[in-house]
Amino acid sequence: MAKLLMKGNEAIAEAAIRAGAKHYFAYPITPQNEVSEYLSRRMPEVGGCFLQMESEVAVINTLFGAAAAGIRAFTTSSSPGISLMSEGLSYITAANLPTVVVNMCRAGPGLGGILPSQGDYRQMTKGGGHGDYHLIVLAPASVQEAVELMMLAFDLADKYRNPVGILADGLIGQMMEPVDFDALPKPTVYDKSDWITDGAKNREPHLIRTLFLDPVPGEIENRKRAEKYRQIEKNETRYEIYNLENHPKLVIVAFGTIARVCKTAIDELKTMGIEVGLFRPISLYPFPYTELMQVGEKAQMLLSVEMSNGQLIDDVKMAMQGKKPIHFYGRQGGIVPAPDEIVEEAKKLFNVS
Amino acid sequence: MYLEVKFAGFGGQGIMLAGKLLAEAAMMEGKQVVWIPSYGPEMRGGTAYCTVVIATKPIGSPIINNPANIVVMNRPSLEKFAPMMKPNGICLVNSSLIPITSGRNDIIEIRLPCNDVAIALNNPKAANMVALGGFVGLTQCVSIQSVEIAVKNEFHTKAKFIEPNIAAIRKGAELAVTDEVRVKYEGVKV
Amino acid sequence: MELIFKKPESLTDTITHYCPGCTHGVIHRIVAEVLDELGLRERAVGVAPVGCSVLAYNYFYCDFLEAAHGRAPAFATGLKRANPNLIVFTYQGDGDLASIGGNEILHAANRGEKFTTIFVNNAVYGMTGGQMAPTTLPGQVTTTTPFGRKVDDVGYPIRVAELLATLRTPSYIARTSVHNSEGIIATKKAMRKAFSYQKENVCFSLVEVLSTCPTNWGIPPKQAAEWVGEHMVPYYPLGEFKTPEKVH
Repeated sequence: MAKLLMKGNEAIAEAAIRAGAKHYFAYPITPQNEVSEYLSRRMPEVGGCFLQMESEVAVINTLFGAAAAGIRAFTTSSSPGISLMSEGLSYITAANLPTVVVNMCRAGPGLGGILPSQGDYRQMTKGGGHGDYHLIVLAPASVQEAVELMMLAFDLADKYRNPVGILADGLIGQMMEPVDFDALPKPTVYDKSDWITDGAKNREPHLIRTLFLDPVPGEIENRKRAEKYRQIEKNETRYEIYNLENHPKLVIVAFGTIARVCKTAIDELKTMGIEVGLFRPISLYPFPYTELMQVGEKAQMLLSVEMSNGQLIDDVKMAMQGKKPIHFYGRQGGIVPAPDEIVEEAKKLFNVS
Repeated sequence: MYLEVKFAGFGGQGIMLAGKLLAEAAMMEGKQVVWIPSYGPEMRGGTAYCTVVIATKPIGSPIINNPANIVVMNRPSLEKFAPMMKPNGICLVNSSLIPITSGRNDIIEIRLPCNDVAIALNNPKAANMVALGGFVGLTQCVSIQSVEIAVKNEFHTKAKFIEPNIAAIRKGAELAVTDEVRVKYEGVKV
Repeated sequence: MELIFKKPESLTDTITHYCPGCTHGVIHRIVAEVLDELGLRERAVGVAPVGCSVLAYNYFYCDFLEAAHGRAPAFATGLKRANPNLIVFTYQGDGDLASIGGNEILHAANRGEKFTTIFVNNAVYGMTGGQMAPTTLPGQVTTTTPFGRKVDDVGYPIRVAELLATLRTPSYIARTSVHNSEGIIATKKAMRKAFSYQKENVCFSLVEVLSTCPTNWGIPPKQAAEWVGEHMVPYYPLGEFKTPEKVH
């Protein structure tokens, strides 16, 4: 099959089906409604199930049930909806269940706005819900990459029995780009028979729970999870570098949509004789701390460019351990910075006017 | 090559489709392409617009604040976007519905009566196709043949729309490059 | 010697944590007997609530999930939609189902999700220590209604069975009580019907069971059982409120 021109939201939906997810539960919220609209037509074609639930609270708990039954299921939502799901994400993580949650981030806090934002960086990578847990978080910068990461998300969720979040924004969701599904790897099938609740026939009952009133087993559970996160941190960091060949003095750190804008700015700066590099984390958790340190050490300074008010920069600081000055440029409220703004910001740092 | 164009007009004028067909055509030619709609409350009534970027190398910023080229189908769109254009770009104006000009002398303003042309073709809804044909004819950013294939793909379940739309695209492409339609403004080199 | 009475296979040997005089144990046993009799244990997945019966999974010998507070119907929806061959039941108290989980049960019933809910109504929050529940009777004293439930301030108790029976979607909705032997027999009958409807893939089913909470009511077990008959049954009439055969 040739390439298809698809909206990010529809491509993500199709990618999930290709990953073997035939169950999708969701509640309407802009800017990701195309996913539900697409799947309401598509799921019947593949013998799947789309259910529009009564709330995001119900959605996330339905995913718990579906994961316990051993199938691949997922949801898509946007910032306020993710807030409502946070409790459930904590439970799903505590129960060591796989699921995939896409956050087409919109401007916040509160009802905010529906335009692109990265204001949920902290919510996605540092928790949102209660307790010691992480989502694995992947951030695509194009529709094709959204498709690839969506498929990877299901594999990682099953592999580590941990929920995976995709953090994108309305722009990735709404824009159309060519997508090639043929080149994608086949989904991995994981054996779940030793833990799913599919009826205790010829075996002892399986119990999926998160309550540990006794602190000793409670701590053991948490330590096992911590060990899982160490493995994830070791194996699953992903990132992209751009224009580092000429040893730029300045390295921009940015992810998702805004990283693309930065690339255009970097190209423009190059025409002015200013070399700037880009480090784009693709996995936001696990964050590529070591890799960023290796890149950042060779530069004189770093610039965190965000569609938020200084969230990614915290991880940049952690990576750099105070060794280099780290600057910040961000826009909020749904504004995507234009390449020119980033060019100006970089020029200021080089004392060029 | 790198080309960016914003299609703008009323909701219901087929703005999104015109942009999408251009993007499809470019994709078929193996080019890099991004299509970005306006979305949200602004979709309800009011101005609808989409941006298409076509390039031979990977496209960085999908956000275009100052479009190089615009195709405007109604007056509010001209008033909104013409002042934002980069110099030397093409401003294709649907003169059937827009009595005014951009007032800029550093862009190439092409006045094409898209609705009148569509009506004359007995396909009054195809003003968007006339405009699309006009833009492709002027810029040659993709071939008309590719656009025709895109139309066939788009309407593969509604075959009766294929030929009339292709006719409108061809007419637009033909008229946009004729002297009667093309208005050259002083100080601008075409 | 012929064995004429034994523990149902669907129960474990664990001693329950329930208080003396609490009827959770009776209800557990009824559910387990029905699972045994209908041959459903090997296909059964229970969903435990947050509340006194949060540890129900220690007592049932079948697969079990422990839900977030009030969300058992959402968990059950996910299970059943993912694997329609399962026999899924939620076991929920009144705070869990009628308060924090009001929306989930309403919509699961309205979608006609084909699982069974056992709704245990004892007119009080048990595990947290006896606070007012949505089902607390008018005038009833609890730790958060020290002067008795004032209906002009916090409204009347919610009659869940009646409420859900108003939904147009076919379902089986009944209310029974386990405060006396007739009630226990009626509960078993209703439970059997509820699970049979699920087994035959007919409809959503819910049995509301009036239950005791001597600890939080502050009265001895025998008196608690009498209190159900004297005070709860008049407000919460027993019977079938809806059957899938009859369109209301």
